[in-house]
Amino acid sequence: MVIYFIKRLLEMIPTIIGITLVSFFIIHLAPGKPTDILAELNPKITPEAREKLEKYYGLDKPIITQYGIWLKRVVKLDFGDSFSTDKRPVWDKIKERLPITIIINVLSLILVILIAIPIGVSSATHQYSLYDKITTVAVFVGFAIPTFWLALLLMILFGIYLDWLPISGIRSLDYDNLSAGGKVWDLASHLILPVLLEAFGGLAGLSRYMRSNMLEVIRSDYITTARAKGLSERVVIYKHAMRNALLPVITILGLSVPGLIGGSVIFETIFAIPGMGQLFYMSVMMRDYPLIMGILTIGAILTLIGNLLADIGYAVADPRIRTR
Amino acid sequence: MSNTFWKRFKYNKLAVLGGIVVICLVTFAIFAPHITPYNPNSINVQHILEPPTTSHPFGTDDLGRDILSRIIWGSRISLSVGFVAVGISTFIGVILGAITGYYGGWIDRIIMRFVDIMLSIPTFFLLLAVIAFLEPGISNIMIVIGLTSWMGVTRLVRAEFLSVKEREFTQSARAIGAGDMRIIFRHILPNAIAPVLVSAVLGVAGAILVESALSFLGIGVQPPTASWGNILTIGKDNIEIAWWLSVFPGLAILITVLAYNLLGEGIRDAIDPRMKM
Repeated sequence: MVIYFIKRLLEMIPTIIGITLVSFFIIHLAPGKPTDILAELNPKITPEAREKLEKYYGLDKPIITQYGIWLKRVVKLDFGDSFSTDKRPVWDKIKERLPITIIINVLSLILVILIAIPIGVSSATHQYSLYDKITTVAVFVGFAIPTFWLALLLMILFGIYLDWLPISGIRSLDYDNLSAGGKVWDLASHLILPVLLEAFGGLAGLSRYMRSNMLEVIRSDYITTARAKGLSERVVIYKHAMRNALLPVITILGLSVPGLIGGSVIFETIFAIPGMGQLFYMSVMMRDYPLIMGILTIGAILTLIGNLLADIGYAVADPRIRTR
Repeated sequence: MSNTFWKRFKYNKLAVLGGIVVICLVTFAIFAPHITPYNPNSINVQHILEPPTTSHPFGTDDLGRDILSRIIWGSRISLSVGFVAVGISTFIGVILGAITGYYGGWIDRIIMRFVDIMLSIPTFFLLLAVIAFLEPGISNIMIVIGLTSWMGVTRLVRAEFLSVKEREFTQSARAIGAGDMRIIFRHILPNAIAPVLVSAVLGVAGAILVESALSFLGIGVQPPTASWGNILTIGKDNIEIAWWLSVFPGLAILITVLAYNLLGEGIRDAIDPRMKM
């Protein structure tokens, strides 16, 4: 188990180096130097200050050396200072916004699992029934709905017509005056729509996947055996079949992490949630290069961590993997 | 094969429906100048933010422009982005997949590692970052979506090459002296056409979704050019007073994407019923 874990960690190293290479070279797609943009944003910048910046980024050196310098800093989580007026270190800006993004993503991932798996299992055990047909159609529509549009519709419905839920930010204006319970409810009511919508994106895919896994497993010989020896249908489905059908789902969950993190840009922008996605959107609009590169790298590393957790989960759940 | 293909395809009513909708949408897009009731960009200050009426069935926006006309013109943007982006990603995917699958060895390891890297960077982050460094605009959007969505096709084509390259007909082609290029393009690649076609049809749907999201965020197709995404941006800005600005463009996206998905799945099931989910 430990050996498997170490092996997976080592395998991640070339991928991480590749990710930093990709994010580094994207910045060099830009016409001109990154400092030109800084000068554009802040015309008062003196030539000396500019030169200092060029030195800092090593722009006077060959590109490979620049990458080396940048990589050395990235290892220490030093992505340089933001171009924005507050000039704060990129990592500090990311750090304070990371928790809310992770919380929303984890909550929606849990929601996806709780909803999609029962739907997948039950539509597989009732294949071709009316219920199965309805969920199949729902899945198709679910795949095709732009989630940001669904967000707008739900905002109109719950935020404006029914006026049940707030549609912007994570706290009400009078948050500080609320009781402890009131604070919790205030936060929760702000998060309901974003979490629901973030989860929606993954629902269709996972329930479909669970259904086809279940269908495959149900047809295998050991299920027939379990039935033949007189086990109740419930035990056969939930104890024998579902456990095996769940295994590949762990991998799929790991693979869905980049989509979730990418989706946070859209939801955090729509709902004005001060998370990493919104920060990324703002940095793109401001062309804040150090911040863009920092978030790109952190986003990719989060994805890798998600994949690693999925692999470990898989190894824990399936002894065959560990011994390989 | 084509005969049984049609028979199976026709039996799948949803897929046929998807196909019909796709044909209609393409026709609308081509004939947009002749069928739209208004010029999509003509501003009319007397009819600002009007709810749907008989003269403006989908209402008007904050500049008094007719939403129905803008949606029909927007379909041109969506379809062209979809087709060009998928053209780019399919081209890259087929070439890389063929090379890795056919030659194997270290080439395979490097390219597949690159695929893994691309897949582990959140696609939407990658898209935004690249667009931040280029100028937003329709041609850049097409290119960038194409350049960030070739990984699936690569894997697909590679898998097909791995399963076919040691089969008898490939070996006999090699035995009679056919070169690598001839074997790749004439003997092996035709086997991969079906799955590639399916992934291309599904890819158009994906590209349309991504384009609309980018335009919605204001970093895709720029106004005044109408795109479904940027009409929705105006919808969001007027969310408390003008529901029609949010509802209709989204429906257009939903119907289009649904149609391509149904068509793609239908083609897949008709080619190989075993792949049916």
